[in-house]
Amino acid sequence: MKHVISAIVQNEPGVLAHVAGMFAARGYNIDSLVVGRTEDENLSRMTIVVVGDDRILEQVRKQLEKLITTVRVRDFKDIDYVERDLLLLRVHAPADKRPEIVALVDLFRGRIVDVSKSSVMIEMAGPEAKLEAFIDLVKPYGIRELARTGVIAMQRGKTNSEKDEK
Amino acid sequence: MRRTRKQSNIRAPQAGWDGTDVLLACLAEENVEVMFGFPGAAILPVLDRLWFHAEGITNQTRRKRLAFSGALSTCYANSTERICGRNDIMSKTKTDAAASLAGTNGAQVFHRMLQAEGVETMFGFPGGAVLPIFDELFESPIQFVLTRHEQGATHMADAYARSTGKVGVVIATSGPGATNIVTGLATANMDSIPMVAFTGQVKSTLIGNDAFQEADVTGVTRPVTKHNFLVRDVKDLGRIVREAFHIARTGRPGPVLVDIPVDCTVAKLDSEPDLEPNLPGYKPRGGIGNERQIRIAADMINAARRPVLYVGGGVILSGAAEELTAVARKGKLPVTTTLLGLGAFDESDPLSLKMLGMHGTAYANHAVQQCDCLVSVGARFDDRVTGDLSKFAPNAKIIHIDIDPSSISKNVEVDVPVVGDAKAILAQMLPMIECPDRSAWLAQIDEWKKKFPLTYKADGDIRPQEVIEKLGELTKHDAIVATGVGQHQMWAAQFYGWKKPRQIITSGGLGTMGFGCPAAIGAQFGNPGKLVVDIDGDGSFTMTMVEVITAVQYNQPAKFIVLDNEYLGMVRQWQELFYGKRYSATPHACPEFTEIAKGFGAGAAKITDRRQVADALNEMIRYDGPFVLHVCVAREENVFPMVAAGKALDDMIHSQLI
Ligand SMILES: Cc1cc2nc3c(=O)[nH]c(=O)nc-3n(C[C@H](O)[C@H](O)[C@H](O)COP(=O)(O)OP(=O)(O)OC[C@H]3O[C@@H](n4cnc5c(N)ncnc54)[C@H](O)[C@@H]3O)c2cc1C
Ligand SMILES: Cc1ncc(C[n+]2csc(CCOP(=O)(O)OP(=O)(O)O)c2C)c(N)n1
Ligand SMILES: [Mg+2]
Repeated sequence: MKHVISAIVQNEPGVLAHVAGMFAARGYNIDSLVVGRTEDENLSRMTIVVVGDDRILEQVRKQLEKLITTVRVRDFKDIDYVERDLLLLRVHAPADKRPEIVALVDLFRGRIVDVSKSSVMIEMAGPEAKLEAFIDLVKPYGIRELARTGVIAMQRGKTNSEKDEK
Repeated sequence: MRRTRKQSNIRAPQAGWDGTDVLLACLAEENVEVMFGFPGAAILPVLDRLWFHAEGITNQTRRKRLAFSGALSTCYANSTERICGRNDIMSKTKTDAAASLAGTNGAQVFHRMLQAEGVETMFGFPGGAVLPIFDELFESPIQFVLTRHEQGATHMADAYARSTGKVGVVIATSGPGATNIVTGLATANMDSIPMVAFTGQVKSTLIGNDAFQEADVTGVTRPVTKHNFLVRDVKDLGRIVREAFHIARTGRPGPVLVDIPVDCTVAKLDSEPDLEPNLPGYKPRGGIGNERQIRIAADMINAARRPVLYVGGGVILSGAAEELTAVARKGKLPVTTTLLGLGAFDESDPLSLKMLGMHGTAYANHAVQQCDCLVSVGARFDDRVTGDLSKFAPNAKIIHIDIDPSSISKNVEVDVPVVGDAKAILAQMLPMIECPDRSAWLAQIDEWKKKFPLTYKADGDIRPQEVIEKLGELTKHDAIVATGVGQHQMWAAQFYGWKKPRQIITSGGLGTMGFGCPAAIGAQFGNPGKLVVDIDGDGSFTMTMVEVITAVQYNQPAKFIVLDNEYLGMVRQWQELFYGKRYSATPHACPEFTEIAKGFGAGAAKITDRRQVADALNEMIRYDGPFVLHVCVAREENVFPMVAAGKALDDMIHSQLI
């Protein structure tokens, strides 16, 4: 089972090593880990997708909280949130197949960002499930190269969070 | 070990092989003929297969009062300090220290900050990258103890902390100095001991260049510390030192490492540094527990018919022995302690069940398995304690009092967690505790005690248990006792007779052989005038006995008892019981320890006869200075009872005497 956890950490050298090292040492299985800036220059946000049952999720959360440089941890279990993953994908696209591919990209609200003779590069953002569905669909055309950022997530508006608190 | 039969014809591992087969085949493939090493439980299967393949100048004078800018020395320093958050005091220090730091260099900042933290003694070993700090030390009132190896320094600092409650301080140089402290950090980390280690680092501009004596010390030590820092600028140094001490001693304590590039200790501060701690994410859970949870816990205890208190090192760290004793006596609750909890409850009290676990008493283990309410206070359900988890305390509701939320429900699903400081929580709980009639339960426990006492055969060769029991008697169970790791450690736990917290100084979680000798010396530094005895094994003592020289140099009268069975006995016991007596790599030739001790400048004696035990112990105790007592003991004595790995806690192998 996949869980999304977000951790606000101090924006300092070595912090990523602390987090990554903890995951490795405790044998937790992570699907993706994304680090980026936040509205506060002293803090970064890490979004981590962990694989495991509720018990593991609970331990991961506690162990993350225990790290000195971690300021706040939130797991999105039972919380209404928005998740986004960004995909860049180059797919084999000879002239005869190109219209089909373009149509697919449109359908998924992606964009073509680079075109060459035999391939196109596609950019697409969305929840993991959507990207995976898209990847499945273009696979038959021949994927040349694929890069994903991993999931970032944010809780939905205030009213929801108040509800969650209760 | 010389392997005779080569297997170089074997290439690919075959179906049906186990990991050991594969490993040995690969080694053969690489033409390995000789391996050097040291045994331990985790490599027993490999060793077993190999068997088939082969055949004073005391610094006391400098210990004058701290004279630095008055305010600095009086701030939040003291031994009695509690482990809960003390941000209030931190901010007070800030202004005092900041008043005078501009214009000083990093090394001076370092010493000023250490004094501000109340450091009186530190242990370590010099080198190029820490020269500026050592130079400044010359002027400092802090007592510096030069050890013979950096590992020894860490164990001394650790034991100093365990025996006094203060933070232990270590300093080592870059590269090899720093890598030598890793074992000591891991030892302290596993047992939650407050310690701050400083290492020199190569110049900041050279970091990452494979410079001379460079090692990625924050990288190496990350998994074995509570936290670590690399100082990047002299203006951060003071703040980081304060943060390091704060983190080490608050919440669940632990070792913190500060890596300081040498240029940061030379550089001068051109303005006042900001000493305000910047730890937005660090919120140690000190202080009182949730009142409602405590009420639920107390009701559960009061309703229990067969309760047991299971007490660990957290009670010692918290200074909660008194509160614990009050709760136990008020509710007539039987108490068992872990290895690290020994001394939290007086073992001569009729409610004491002594230690539980793999080598705990049978009555403690039976009581835990039969209880209907297990109250864990500052203990972490270690696998040496629980045995087979799925069969642990099957009928019990479990209450867990712990300062670290990540300890709760880590190994055992807990019914009532109470997060906070044990001392505060027990004090909150005390008035709620009642004492319903539980005479049947107490009678049952008495019966177990009668049926399964700790025993040994007192005849023939000197029995190690007998030496320890006698030592307990002669020292009125009042000495501070350090141990190595092995059978002797377990016998010490079983037979000394623990009365007070901070009395046993032993490596529990990591099980570090070689801990005992330096630990005794470190504890002696923290407890001048007290009798400190190391109960050690021949194997463990050999690993670090060189530190006896440190005891001699600083005139620390610690005593060292070497229970010499010429075996790595604990491993030999496993081989006897589970590997068909194939003693692969456990026979252990010993030197004349007395000659070595005398060469080091310590007193020494050797005994081989049971009738000499009491006199020899008395001679040792009375000796004015460090003393090594070499005791040749029965070679193949075993530690019983024993719960074999993976067995349920009440599935014990008993001594044949029962
Ligand atoms: C050869 C060998 C054999 C061993 N056999 C046994 C054995 O038979 N029996 C045995 O018991 N051990 C044995 N041990 C030791 C064992 O490995 C563990 O080290 C030990 O059981 C852990 O003790 P503890 O549970 O008290 O935990 P500790 O490691 O002391 O942990 C302390 C706990 O208290 C918490 N805590 C810290 N401060 C506070 C506070 N202020 N308030 C509340 N909670 C706090 C911490 O968060 C932590 O959870 C053996 C070790 C060796 C080397
Ligand atoms: C540094 C280290 N290496 C290996 C081990 C594994 N080990 C545990 S007990 C033991 C034997 C200890 O021998 P000794 O000190 O003579 O004590 P005895 O058991 O004989 O009393 C060994 C090798 C360990 N605990 N620590
Ligand atoms: Mg031995």
